[in-house]
Amino acid sequence: MKICLESLALAALLALAPAAQAHKAWLLPSATVLSGDQPWVTVDAAVSNDLFYFNHVPLRTENLHITAPDGSAATPQNLHTGKYRSVFDLQLQQGGTYRIAVTSAGLMARWEERGEPRGWRGSAENFVREVPQDAEKLQVTQASNRIETFVTNGAPSEGALKPTGVGLELIAATHPNDLYAGETAKFRMTMDGKPAAGVRVEAIAGGTRYRDALQEIVATTDEQGNFSLSWPASGMYWLQAVVQDDQASPPATSRRAAYVATLEVLPQ
Amino acid sequence: MKRLACLSLLYALSCNLPAATLAVEVEIPQIDVAEYHRPYVAVWIEREDGAVAANLAVWYQQARGQKRPQKAGGGTGSSGGPGQGSGGGGEKGSTWLPDLRQWWRRSGRTLRLPVDGVTGATRPVGLHTLEFSDAQAPLKDLAAGHYRLVVEAVREVGGRELARLAFDWPPQATIESSAHGQAELGRIALRLTP
Repeated sequence: MKICLESLALAALLALAPAAQAHKAWLLPSATVLSGDQPWVTVDAAVSNDLFYFNHVPLRTENLHITAPDGSAATPQNLHTGKYRSVFDLQLQQGGTYRIAVTSAGLMARWEERGEPRGWRGSAENFVREVPQDAEKLQVTQASNRIETFVTNGAPSEGALKPTGVGLELIAATHPNDLYAGETAKFRMTMDGKPAAGVRVEAIAGGTRYRDALQEIVATTDEQGNFSLSWPASGMYWLQAVVQDDQASPPATSRRAAYVATLEVLPQ
Repeated sequence: MKRLACLSLLYALSCNLPAATLAVEVEIPQIDVAEYHRPYVAVWIEREDGAVAANLAVWYQQARGQKRPQKAGGGTGSSGGPGQGSGGGGEKGSTWLPDLRQWWRRSGRTLRLPVDGVTGATRPVGLHTLEFSDAQAPLKDLAAGHYRLVVEAVREVGGRELARLAFDWPPQATIESSAHGQAELGRIALRLTP
């Protein structure tokens, strides 16, 4: 049994149709480029309308996974979930890049009982037990989410960036802590480890409260899942990609995978 | 005989060695602010593609006392002054080295600090002269080509500035060039002699 708890925030994210104005989930580190003897970062985790402000709900951290540069799991400290955000600290005890991720994977079901709509979320194991298998208009969606960010102590490294092969993932040809204004970053999206073609990827710089337009940078992945983004200015960027199709494994009939990364683009 | 003595004296002073030299003058300007800290400064030579060919100098806060309280942000105690206590604190000043962001990207983040003959304490307001000869590292192994001298300065609770001066190595004649910073750097001068 891998994951049985969906966070409320993630569930809210999952429940929204992709066309709807989805809230934005994110992890925001206090710094992405660090140096010194075991430096600390503090990370905010929230779901909000605006970037990067705490104005909706906290991002739940039950499924927080931090990968150290050597691939081992690192432990967050001083974890706290408030009204609008979760917060935790992380000491970078190793040199290199840490991957900080909130992930979820599971099934969503919708059906009708005597004309009333019903819904359920949970693991594949619990699906058989908890959802009436002969329910009317039963629709099962396989859902996965990854919300992540990266921080580096010293020189960027690749050890923590190994893909898991689950859900929608970003394979960074350009290191995610080596992004600079005026340069072009090359990335690849994979879905369950395979190239994700034709996926729309958008990136939005933070500070949306102080401008009228979101000013999204949009790219679409090619046949190999590759795409590139040119950063017009430095700042913290929220990157999102969503895949929704019917290539699901039973009992699911459709699948939905979302990927979010917070990326810091540095000035030259 | 007299001539020979003169020559050997010259030899001893390295005056007549066929050594090309590179001299850099960095001016740290006086800045009128309520809270002043000496800037972190990095001086290096970059190739045309931006890769670092040689680090010439990096001045930053050296190890502080072990008992320095953890402060958020600048704080009044953060200037501390170098060399307070011997402390076990290690290279605490290296915490802020990424603020020399171009240097950090190009070189700093892959270096093991301190670097002999390169890293040192922050310097006060005034003119600072650095001289290098191709008889010694880091110029000894510098291949002929087009380069740029880069000087980057960043000041705690202050600003950051970067200046570049292009040059060819080795110099065919004595060449002087200079630039002037707008805020965090004063005059930057480069003098090459064949």
